[in-house]
Amino acid sequence: MSPLSRREFVAAGVAAGAGLVIGFYLPRGTSSGKESFSPNAYLRITPDNKVTIVVTRSEMGQGVRTALPMILAEELEADWKQIEIEQAGASTLFGDQTTGGSASIRTTWDPMRRAGAAAREMLISAAALTWAVPRSACTAESGRIKHAATNRSLSYGELVGKAATLPIPTDAILKQSKDYKLVGQRVARLDSPAKVKGEAVFGIDFRLPGMKFALLSRCPTFGGKVSGFDDKESKKIFGVSYVGKIGDSAVAVVADSVWGAMEGRRLLNVTWDDGPNKDLNTAAEMASLKAAVTQKDKASVASLYSAGDPAKASGRRISAEYELPFMAHAPMEPGNCAANFQGTKCELWAPTQVPQDCRDSVAQAIGLDPDQVKVNVTLMGGGFGRRLEHDYAVEAAQVSKAINAPVKVIWTREDDMRFSSYRPASLHQLTAALDGSGFPIALTHRIISPSISGQKGLATPNNVDPDLPDEAGPVYGIANYSIEYVMTKTAVPLGWMRSVYALQAAFALESFIDELAVGAGKDPLQYRLHLLAKDQDLPYFTTTWHTARMRGALQLAGEKAGWNKPLPAGHYRGIACFGCFASYMAEVVEITMENGQPRVHRVVAAVDCGQVVNPGILEQQIQGGIVFGLANALRAKITIDKGRVVQGNFDDYAPLRMDETPAVEVFTVASSEAPTGIGEPSIPPLGPALCNAIYAATKRRIRALPILS
Amino acid sequence: MLSGYQIYNWTNMADITLRVNGSAKKVSVSPETPLLWVLRDTLELTGTKFGCGAGLCGACTVHLDGTPIRSCSIPVSQAADKNVTTIEGLGANGLHALQQAWIAEEVPQCGYCQTGQIMSAAALLAKTPNPTDDQITQAMNGNLCRCGTYERIRKAIHRAAGNGGAR
Repeated sequence: MSPLSRREFVAAGVAAGAGLVIGFYLPRGTSSGKESFSPNAYLRITPDNKVTIVVTRSEMGQGVRTALPMILAEELEADWKQIEIEQAGASTLFGDQTTGGSASIRTTWDPMRRAGAAAREMLISAAALTWAVPRSACTAESGRIKHAATNRSLSYGELVGKAATLPIPTDAILKQSKDYKLVGQRVARLDSPAKVKGEAVFGIDFRLPGMKFALLSRCPTFGGKVSGFDDKESKKIFGVSYVGKIGDSAVAVVADSVWGAMEGRRLLNVTWDDGPNKDLNTAAEMASLKAAVTQKDKASVASLYSAGDPAKASGRRISAEYELPFMAHAPMEPGNCAANFQGTKCELWAPTQVPQDCRDSVAQAIGLDPDQVKVNVTLMGGGFGRRLEHDYAVEAAQVSKAINAPVKVIWTREDDMRFSSYRPASLHQLTAALDGSGFPIALTHRIISPSISGQKGLATPNNVDPDLPDEAGPVYGIANYSIEYVMTKTAVPLGWMRSVYALQAAFALESFIDELAVGAGKDPLQYRLHLLAKDQDLPYFTTTWHTARMRGALQLAGEKAGWNKPLPAGHYRGIACFGCFASYMAEVVEITMENGQPRVHRVVAAVDCGQVVNPGILEQQIQGGIVFGLANALRAKITIDKGRVVQGNFDDYAPLRMDETPAVEVFTVASSEAPTGIGEPSIPPLGPALCNAIYAATKRRIRALPILS
Repeated sequence: MLSGYQIYNWTNMADITLRVNGSAKKVSVSPETPLLWVLRDTLELTGTKFGCGAGLCGACTVHLDGTPIRSCSIPVSQAADKNVTTIEGLGANGLHALQQAWIAEEVPQCGYCQTGQIMSAAALLAKTPNPTDDQITQAMNGNLCRCGTYERIRKAIHRAAGNGGAR
């Protein structure tokens, strides 16, 4: 699966004159000249009847190398057995290639379908011309064009020569969902065999001839720097060939083997300038969020959503605060990247969610132009947002430049834990005004958290973190409903961690709604359904949330969980729902309490995510998201002391293991709406549903995560 | 952690013979090098993964004379003249029943931990051909998966054990 840029294969196809290369043009407005169109290239068919589909998102376990080709193959009417996939590296021709925000399907659904449909129409035309029959008499099916009247057929491979000479249609008609043959099917993942055989090449497995290995010693305090270092002992290690400063805050040890580099680093003696944050700790971080809660300065309170006027609502008032800690992604494959700097160019093999950012950051760091940097995307041993950073790619390029040889930078688990980019800590203030039945006339949710994008210098228009429009929308049609955001600052490095702000917002909102339901003496499911009873469209930034769709997911979860059926003695349930990444998710969690701790036995999840592309992969994503969410809720907590991260490995930052994993049942609301996000939406409801179950069991309300703190 | 590991100057090299997946392999490395890195770097058997370096995650699981071990925490010297089986050797004669079951149950997501998972499961089935859920949990609890594939792993082990994936 060598990355092959669009530019290369267009050239190769033309030169060989032997293949149909669909240079697909997305029209902008009317059909003017090609110059005003942006080419998107996803498909190559060769005379040997091989259909190669280019995957322009990164595979980190979420199944894009199977699901995205399915979308194109559906419209192409390809034989799935013909399909080979090719991973795109950083390109200028596919638009934004970022893999994140549960957006891989959402953002490629249209271009992939259009690319497939255009190719299908060209192949039909090619066959019609070959046989001198009307196009309308020809059909595309299973990788062949057929002429039923004469019982003739030609394979796509046989038609590429002629098809390549035809104009590219811009108005090919897309199939209707009722006619789908592949989309919606449990197509087996293409990457499973290699992964179970140990043949799959992850970033850490990639190797070039003569490649060295490097570990970096990084300043343990945020914002600190290298004062000096003594490498005498390091250089005694066999195979250590280079020790040198990389940037301001790290020293690299390069060796012939990973272990040599590890040993060399262990013996390296660096003196650090701890910098301005050496006294930073968790308590100070949480205090700064608290200080912002009383923020009276209107200008610093951004309105995310506003209906009616909560301040003017009468009725009994109730409020509560919820807080969440910093968390780390901790993907199984530690950070790594291979780089080969060669004077005026640099090539990288990066397990990355952001090949284009890697390209641009590397170019800037080592003084090249972006087009002198080639980024190949490898498989990733998990991402969860950690690989939206480009730190390891920059390090690899810097070290390769320093030693003028190919090198792979490898992070240890402790490096990953301590030099990560963390889910920001947050504080949430919820206030409701209740009617006589205990339902909210008004609800205000104030989110206090630093901005990930803001810290990275990205735009935060109107003091709104740009993630919030996908992750903190209104759930209920409450007449007076305000969602606000107070942006704070922190010196703790921040990053986007799976479900990002949605996890925080859902924990606070759905715990609070449960408190209101309990306070009203009402069933938590029925209470929520009452708040969703009326069909309402809730506009939120550029999207609209529909109470009907949330109600549908909630009802389905309740029904499948048997919400109204009695539980065995000692078993308790909690429920929560939330909408994020344009999907609607509801979950029912069933627990017992053992020695004061919850044991989760069963989670029932129901989602409305529009058209399902591959139900098998969807189930994987939801099951996995719930295990991830459970680890987050139970004990994921990064603490800061003396300006550095305390946790180091899987002993003090412990993911879920098999013995704690519940049975997860997944249900989908049937829909032919355009597909929406699925990688992240299962995580946010899990925490509050669990905490609501714990309340049902113990009458103890958890207002701060993690639960086992 | 390497037990009794006190070497500060890693300059001594040794020729060590391992029997890896049935073949004798002579390597010239420091005897303190963890088996993991000899497998990955020296022998280029990269199916065995680095996850934590501390025996906490199981991604580096291989068999040493049939026993599952964390190759990140065993010096290569302790594997000298012993049989090492890695994921590459497990299915040497076609896919192992576990690998087939892993595919059938669609276990892998990112897949990074799965080779270690399969090696732990293979050691379990070799000793306990029809494990109970508790036996599976006990055998597999040392293997972490951040994608959360545990329940599918359990089903795949049952399937491979001939239980048709039944719980």
